[in-house]
Amino acid sequence: MLLTQLFYESLRFWRNSIAAFFTVAMPLVMMVILCLLFGAQYTVDDSSPVYLSTFYVPSMSAMAVIGACFTNIAMEISISRDRGLLKRYRGTPLPTSTLVGAKLMHAVVLGFLLVACLLCVGVWFFDAAIYEMRWGMFAIVLITGSATFCALGLAVASVIPNAESSPAIVQAMILPLLFISDVFLPMENAPAWLQWIASVFPVRHFALGLQSSFHPLLASDFHEWVHLIVLGVWCTLGLVVAIRCFRWEPAK
Amino acid sequence: MSVDAHAIEVQGLHKSYGDFQAVKGIDLKVEVGEIFALLGPNGAGKTTTIEILEGFLRPNAGRVRVLGHDPAKHERMYKERIGVVLQETEVERFLSVEESIQLIRSYYQDPLPLEDVLDTTGLSDLRRVRPRELSGGQQRRLDVAMGLAGNPDLLFLDEPTTGFDPHARRDAWDMLRNLRQLGKTVLLTSHYMDEVEHIADRAAVMIAGKIVSQGTPQELAHESEPTVTFKANPAIDLPHEFESTIEWDGSRYELRSKDLVRTLHSLTGWAIENGIELDGLSITNRSLDDAFLELTQDLDARADD
Repeated sequence: MLLTQLFYESLRFWRNSIAAFFTVAMPLVMMVILCLLFGAQYTVDDSSPVYLSTFYVPSMSAMAVIGACFTNIAMEISISRDRGLLKRYRGTPLPTSTLVGAKLMHAVVLGFLLVACLLCVGVWFFDAAIYEMRWGMFAIVLITGSATFCALGLAVASVIPNAESSPAIVQAMILPLLFISDVFLPMENAPAWLQWIASVFPVRHFALGLQSSFHPLLASDFHEWVHLIVLGVWCTLGLVVAIRCFRWEPAK
Repeated sequence: MSVDAHAIEVQGLHKSYGDFQAVKGIDLKVEVGEIFALLGPNGAGKTTTIEILEGFLRPNAGRVRVLGHDPAKHERMYKERIGVVLQETEVERFLSVEESIQLIRSYYQDPLPLEDVLDTTGLSDLRRVRPRELSGGQQRRLDVAMGLAGNPDLLFLDEPTTGFDPHARRDAWDMLRNLRQLGKTVLLTSHYMDEVEHIADRAAVMIAGKIVSQGTPQELAHESEPTVTFKANPAIDLPHEFESTIEWDGSRYELRSKDLVRTLHSLTGWAIENGIELDGLSITNRSLDDAFLELTQDLDARADD
């Protein structure tokens, strides 16, 4: 039953070409553009050339997972709810766990596939350095981050008033955070207070965690466990809100 | 499977939203295999009642048993046996008619074969079509198809034909009669009296949260009396026995009667004796529509007092 649900979930996603394009193509396009702009010109280290693509592969991976999990789930669920689809399913024997589980699983698998694509493109076309990558830690951060942003996506979907406002709310939450969280540009030169604010939120810890496990030169000021703990706290917070506030029907 | 005395049993059902009492203590019994209609104007509490029976809402008071289950518990065994067609739901935009039905079928242990679902709802030729290309009537039939997909014993239909053109409504009624042949129990809501006359075995009229009348469509129609109308000089002396039941509407007399034969006998006897022409004498058997309007007006009048 979960597999059937998963199959229809992906059918629905890929046929919704606009949403699919934004979720799938945006991170790839962004990475290609950023690498074309900066990747070839600057190297991080003069002695052994490390191209900036090495920074953008993990950064765009973070953005891709956030898009597939957080943005995608928050919008998907609020739209399905407003159209009465969630209520319809509620009237069938489909267990809630299967319904929500399939949505989350679809998002996570999508996120992982995107990260794989970004890795391949980054390494083949832009010489991203993966020879010092710590795969195990990268995978742990990736999994923790996916779980966190799934939970936050569910939480936001539960508190969003209606589907019309969901794109605005979701983008307003995530875009500023992406800019102050070492995703597009490193934050080294940013004011300390801005860095401090960014460090409260999960986006930065996800990006830094992926970066520092990707290449030692990108190691962050925090210990990796700090990243994982902050992500874990947000994940728990998201789950609590999601479980307490989940709604099957549009707000009256 | 347990043997249920009644498909639906409701006693003293109450539901309020804040200060507003949507359902004010109703009793209902629906037999297995019956098509039962809950009819009433907008805001009468029909949808609230049906959504309590479906398990979406919790009642404030009252006993509710549907197929031997308490719907509020959201038991999977219960969901296996009911089909729900809500008043306002879209279908998945990116799935075809057939895919939508198959998706719902996959949720049930013993679903209705796909071809049966398509045949019953008349969607066989539209199976590859996306919902956006369907007409309003066809979309509603897809809703019913999805409600039917799990082969439920009991089907809830909340206003299945609201907004249909007359042709689409005829088609929908044919479809509902197909459901009867499948042996399903159906509880539907409607504000069209002719709909109830055509398809329901029994109906309850619901107004302002209360059931004001219950019975077969014929019984409901009979609750209002046939009317005899005729033209005559307004100045004539009418027989005493009609004094309380006759009305002059400005151009003709209207005489209501519970016992039509006797009334006609005395009326015509009196006319012949006195040499009075009863111009345009006619008898109107009031439809359920009139009965319904009458009940509604009565209640409105009472509410205004």
